[in-house]
Amino acid sequence: MTFIKTKYNRRSFLKASTAAGGGMLLGFNWLVSCSPTAEQLLQMPEEWFDVNAFLKIGNNGVVTIMSPNPEIGQNVKTSMPMIVAEELDVEWKNVIVEQANYDIKKYERQLAGGSDSIRKGWQSLRMAGATARRMLLEAAAKEWSVPVSELTTEAGVIKHSSGKSAGYGEMASAAVQITVPEEVQLKDPKDFKIIGTPTKNVDGQKISKGEPLFGLDYQSEGMLTAMIVHPPAFGMRLKSVNDSAARAMSGIKDIITIDCLPDGTEKLWSDVNAFPELVAVVGDSTWEVMKAKKALEIEWEVVSEGESTTDYKDALSKLLEGSADEPARKDGNPEEAFKNAAKVIEQTYSAPFLAHNTMEPMNFFADVTKEKAELAGPIQTPEYLSKTVASVLGLPEDKVSIAMTRMGGGFGRRLYGNFGVEAALISQKINAPVKLIYSREDDMTQGTYRPAYEVKYRAALDEENNLIGFQIRGAGVNGSPVFANRFPAGAIDNYMVENFNLESNISTGAWRAPSSNFIAYAEQSFLDEIAEAIGKDPLDFRLELFEKAISNPVGEKNDYDAKRYAGVLKLIKEKAQWGTKKAGVSRGVSAYFCHNSYVAQVVDVVMKDGEPVIQKVWCAVDCGIVINPEGALNQIEGGIIDGIGHAMYSGLTFNKGKSDQNNFNKYRLIRHQEAQMEIESFFVDNGMDPTGLGEPSLPPVAAAVSNAFYAATGKRVTSQPFVENM
Amino acid sequence: MAQYEIKINGKAHQVDVAPDTPILWVLRDHVKLLGTKFGCGIGQCGACTIHVDGVATRSCSLPISSVGESSIITIEGLSENNDHPVQKAWVEHDVPQCGYCQAGQIMNAAAFLDQNPHPSDSEIDKAMNGNICRCGTYVRVKKAIKTAAEQG
Ligand code: FES
Ligand code: FES
Repeated sequence: MTFIKTKYNRRSFLKASTAAGGGMLLGFNWLVSCSPTAEQLLQMPEEWFDVNAFLKIGNNGVVTIMSPNPEIGQNVKTSMPMIVAEELDVEWKNVIVEQANYDIKKYERQLAGGSDSIRKGWQSLRMAGATARRMLLEAAAKEWSVPVSELTTEAGVIKHSSGKSAGYGEMASAAVQITVPEEVQLKDPKDFKIIGTPTKNVDGQKISKGEPLFGLDYQSEGMLTAMIVHPPAFGMRLKSVNDSAARAMSGIKDIITIDCLPDGTEKLWSDVNAFPELVAVVGDSTWEVMKAKKALEIEWEVVSEGESTTDYKDALSKLLEGSADEPARKDGNPEEAFKNAAKVIEQTYSAPFLAHNTMEPMNFFADVTKEKAELAGPIQTPEYLSKTVASVLGLPEDKVSIAMTRMGGGFGRRLYGNFGVEAALISQKINAPVKLIYSREDDMTQGTYRPAYEVKYRAALDEENNLIGFQIRGAGVNGSPVFANRFPAGAIDNYMVENFNLESNISTGAWRAPSSNFIAYAEQSFLDEIAEAIGKDPLDFRLELFEKAISNPVGEKNDYDAKRYAGVLKLIKEKAQWGTKKAGVSRGVSAYFCHNSYVAQVVDVVMKDGEPVIQKVWCAVDCGIVINPEGALNQIEGGIIDGIGHAMYSGLTFNKGKSDQNNFNKYRLIRHQEAQMEIESFFVDNGMDPTGLGEPSLPPVAAAVSNAFYAATGKRVTSQPFVENM
Repeated sequence: MAQYEIKINGKAHQVDVAPDTPILWVLRDHVKLLGTKFGCGIGQCGACTIHVDGVATRSCSLPISSVGESSIITIEGLSENNDHPVQKAWVEHDVPQCGYCQAGQIMNAAAFLDQNPHPSDSEIDKAMNGNICRCGTYVRVKKAIKTAAEQG
């Protein structure tokens, strides 16, 4: 039995937010009004009782569960409420899910990033459900004058051994009067009914009906439309604007300039923005504003030199020729190992910049008055946006509110809320509610891109083909992609990591599985090269390394659990029947750990018209307890296709600071025909606390593909995108 | 600016817009039908797909002046109760991740199945190639189309 301290006085989310006993009518705001389905409306209760910040219970037993975190397609709007419902012990069909607004007083970590919503929310979500259940039980015990210990719950009904029973709805008004318990009992995972049951996306019906769920769909009375114009290249800024022609165009209300990071602004990590000074066009409708943008005559000036793809490629290669002042990690004596080596293997891997290209372009709604700022839109980091907006507008932070819409993708781009700040400044300046919309071109050419990387691996082998030394030099634009203490650190005696940074005026940031999205490819490709050189099966070679990391780890700061790592490899070995030959099929393996989850993959490739074609991806995952197997599989599939797509086809190149691609006619994304591989996934069932899935399936797949390509063609692809380097 | 009367989901709508205004923005800004999505604006992603006289069409690249008497169907008008076979299959297969591309995928799939009720795998792949899904739901899109074809 697990008891958990609620520490309720420090956890304000457990307190009822309305006066105890007072029922609360469901407030209909825009976001909620399109929320309940027809069936749900039919079952709407007359009265709601707010038990805590996560849930309210209707007098008819229907439960509304708030989904605290931003939804970017990682499906937390379904999986997080499932955890609350599980501990509350209600039937999922009686649950209505509502997206919470940003509310720092009620919720702990309203952020979509690091695949951490489930892992970090796990305790508080369970606690919220269990606390409410306990309060319902205590209310019933009081009313029936029986001890709580004689009561049980089942599917939203409280039962007494005498046969007496009451639905949660009947007890809800009494439950909110109960003092929040100091300690509650959590369910034994073996009793989970909702957790572990494949459950459909709570917005699935609304999405297939085309309901207005996204930021771009947000509507408000009297709202105007705004678009921005940013400099055409990195390293440039606004000099002057002649807007007379544009101003005269139909539907145009105003043309202004804004500065999102005025001198003296305290920059947060999320305030990455290469183009803080912008021209904004405001008008009645999107098309009119788009046309007026084209009529602007703008002069730009150069503040720092614009870089080209060849420049940063050369610069990265050059960095890797030198040695770092201080290695990021050093075990044993790598210099000696390489000196004594009978054979040294070396390989360099590289990858280009990538744009996030969320399907829904950046946008945000803002209504700013002297007293307050009301914002709504797609943001992965409402807390940081709120802070920056408050400071730029000169308002106290509690006067800034943010409603979180469903997001048409995040992938890290919406961690950096410059578009929200822009919307707020525009609204403040024109004194009207406004929705800012980026065109695809605005979006793709103003990025916080995945940086370009280059990394060089070296391995030293002795006469007997033992791996005696390992060296990594990693370089990247605005930071190296190499994690010093991740595998294979800990598995090799003489080990060295050196990191190099190439500063650039091209803005970069987190892109789904930051750094891992590239380094897994390089590392897991290179391990195959070593395995081949020493004549070992690549999967068994990895298992040997993990054996070493388990039985006799090198160093102390190894950032992974070698047993779990080996576990996913063993699982995929068994499931994919690694080692059995299939006619015409070539295979590659890869494994990687990031964001607290472990993934191993096998890719099957066949040759068609002389080209290697991916036929199947086998995937083993250890993310602890799987909350929603349906959503989990969807995430894994999406990560795999995303990983394959970007490794195979995508890249952003620059010419003097200007990207060569600005829309999907030039920037290649994986399309339907290229994504018709079979994907089969398996989970390690270990009952451990859950970890996230938004990112971990992406990083290893590129190497599994390149290793399979190598097996099929004998040619190793060492640069992304593969199609340009095969 | 000019007055237009256009037929959307069986209803006539009067709008006063410039002749070059794409139907996408007429729908979103003027008629307030927000299910049709903006993705690229240049006919490359399919997020804005609608039916014009039954044919899947990119509304971002279709000026209102060229629509005339044609009948436009948007995702909101595909069925009364979200019960078009394609919509039902989409829910059954839990296709969406972020969901943003899905109205376009559904509209394209529905028009395609109308013309080719029993497509082969490669016909599906070809027909759906113009619809980008950044989240990578392609495998489920295909499964849902096959289910819809069986049940439709
Ligand atoms: S928005 Fe029309 S095809 Fe992309
Ligand atoms: S579901 Fe996100 S773009 Fe398709």
